[in-house]
Amino acid sequence: MTTRREFLVLAATSLAVPEAARAQLDPNLAANRKAAFQEALHGIVGDTQVRRGRVKLQLPPLIDNGNSVPFSVVVESPMTEADYVRAIHVLTEKNPLPDVVSVRLSPRAGRATLSTRVRLADTQTVTAIAQMSDGSFWSDSAEVVVTLSACLEEGLI
Amino acid sequence: MSLRFLSAALACLVCTSARAGEIPPDQRRSGYELMSRETRAIQDDDTTNPGMLWVLDGEALWNRKAGTADRACAACHGDARTSMKGVAARYPAFDAALGRPVNLEQRINFCRTGRQKAPPLAFESRELLALTAYVARQSRDLPINIAIDARNKPFLDAGSEAFHRRQGQLNLACSQCHDDNWGKRLAGSLIPQAHPTGYPLYRLEWQGLGSLERRLRNCLIGIRAEPHAYGAPEFVDLELYLMWRANGMKVETPAVRP
Amino acid sequence: MARAVVTMPAQAKRGEIVEIKTLAQHPMETGFRRTQTGELIPRDIIRRFTCTYNGVEVYRADLHPAIAANPLISFTTVASESGALTFQWTGDNSYTVTEIAPIRVE
Ligand code: HEC
Ligand code: HEC
Repeated sequence: MTTRREFLVLAATSLAVPEAARAQLDPNLAANRKAAFQEALHGIVGDTQVRRGRVKLQLPPLIDNGNSVPFSVVVESPMTEADYVRAIHVLTEKNPLPDVVSVRLSPRAGRATLSTRVRLADTQTVTAIAQMSDGSFWSDSAEVVVTLSACLEEGLI
Repeated sequence: MSLRFLSAALACLVCTSARAGEIPPDQRRSGYELMSRETRAIQDDDTTNPGMLWVLDGEALWNRKAGTADRACAACHGDARTSMKGVAARYPAFDAALGRPVNLEQRINFCRTGRQKAPPLAFESRELLALTAYVARQSRDLPINIAIDARNKPFLDAGSEAFHRRQGQLNLACSQCHDDNWGKRLAGSLIPQAHPTGYPLYRLEWQGLGSLERRLRNCLIGIRAEPHAYGAPEFVDLELYLMWRANGMKVETPAVRP
Repeated sequence: MARAVVTMPAQAKRGEIVEIKTLAQHPMETGFRRTQTGELIPRDIIRRFTCTYNGVEVYRADLHPAIAANPLISFTTVASESGALTFQWTGDNSYTVTEIAPIRVE
């Protein structure tokens, strides 16, 4: 049970501090997150060039709460032994960690799709990357406006 | 964050109350209608509504023997789909032995202790939320139906008084937000009309299922009022008033809210 | 009470692409949150989800803390033969939940 005093303590922890305020406290935050994103991206694609297209990332443009944002990824592919999607990766730019989910699939999936729900700490861009069976990488990005940060704790309306 | 709430609440106070007083029946809206299309979709589809995980747990508990009586809820009540249909729509209901209304969680606990001879389940425990969600699920789409008689009336009046009374360090009444300013934004959220149509419900903010009292605690803490203990008479009176105020609206359990 | 639910058709035509929806009960504790007294709450998440069809893996997902609590994973597979699909969620603190769903293919 949260008493008022506990609530104030709670509100004072860094968790409850919105991204903008946190960025002021730590000027390197934005740069660090960007570097982490680049590193995660490199871990997936190496030095291969990522092309735009073939991937459709569907995210609501504006959401009620960053704790659970539904999205889907659909990749254009015949999904045959000769030509299929090997993997789908989803990354964020401003979450504490860039990785969201990585999926492995085969022609037996029939369609290259994924639907799930992500936590978004802030208004930001989400990127989906597909790796094809020929080794090429394709991607799509979408911007989401988060009105209420996922970091709010109980005790706040 | 607390600052943000404060300033938002104060701004809300300052904004001239476009409406004042009770909401006419034809203008009543469930919180569902104020949500985004995506959040509504989560509630609408049982196969993706996370609240259903608790409902299924509740079904398992309903059929499981418990207590020194070694009896399951099902042993006395049979199939919940018929025996519990419409029950949640009538709660809080007057309990003759206690001489006051009790909410559904308390009613279930009476059967736990009195009939199953088992220790009561803690408020907000997984088990109590699961059983309550399972029982309330059997009333989904049925109209809320609180009948007021001479026995209930004083408690309804106490709940109504609490709803309209300014309280907390912010000196705000529930009605100032939920009757007078619904549909406006408070920080990031839209102010709903506060109809308790979907409890227990899955709140994205909680990342889990919670009771109406948990939701009321959030609002009380928000206006810097001391929240009552779970199951406190003040809470049940307020729940009775809110349910009565929503009479005729449909039960949505397990609903989803931001 | 670790629970998971799988929704998919119980029968399908050979070669048909069937849609599968799964929900697992799990807090997906990120490891970044703190208690009221300031201590870090340790990470506790589902790390991997797999779907095998008569013993052959057809879909796999590696999850990170950014996946919302009570994860939903929805995808498709080709109905190739009658048998069973096995769904498994594994994670921190030896979390393991398995669900099996039969399928009849004509
Ligand atoms: C030994 C039999 C018995 C068992 C076991 C039992 N109940 Fe009951 N229950 C009753 C009886 C009899 C009543 C109505 C009379 C009363 O208790 O006042 C009742 C009333 C109720 C009501 C109120 C119904 C209404 O119309 O207002 C609910 C809800 C309920 N039980 C839920 C449960 C749940 C949930 C369980 C299992 C945790 C359970 N009961 C176990 C006998 C039982
Ligand atoms: C400063 C404005 C404000 C005050 C005062 C306030 N609330 Fe709320 N209340 C809100 C907001 C905003 C929400 C929705 C929160 C969200 O969506 O995150 C809400 C949500 C609710 C809900 C949930 C409705 C649903 O759809 O499930 C109930 C019930 C409720 N309030 C009751 C009360 C009661 C009772 C009081 C007085 C003790 C009260 N509120 C005081 C702003 C307020």
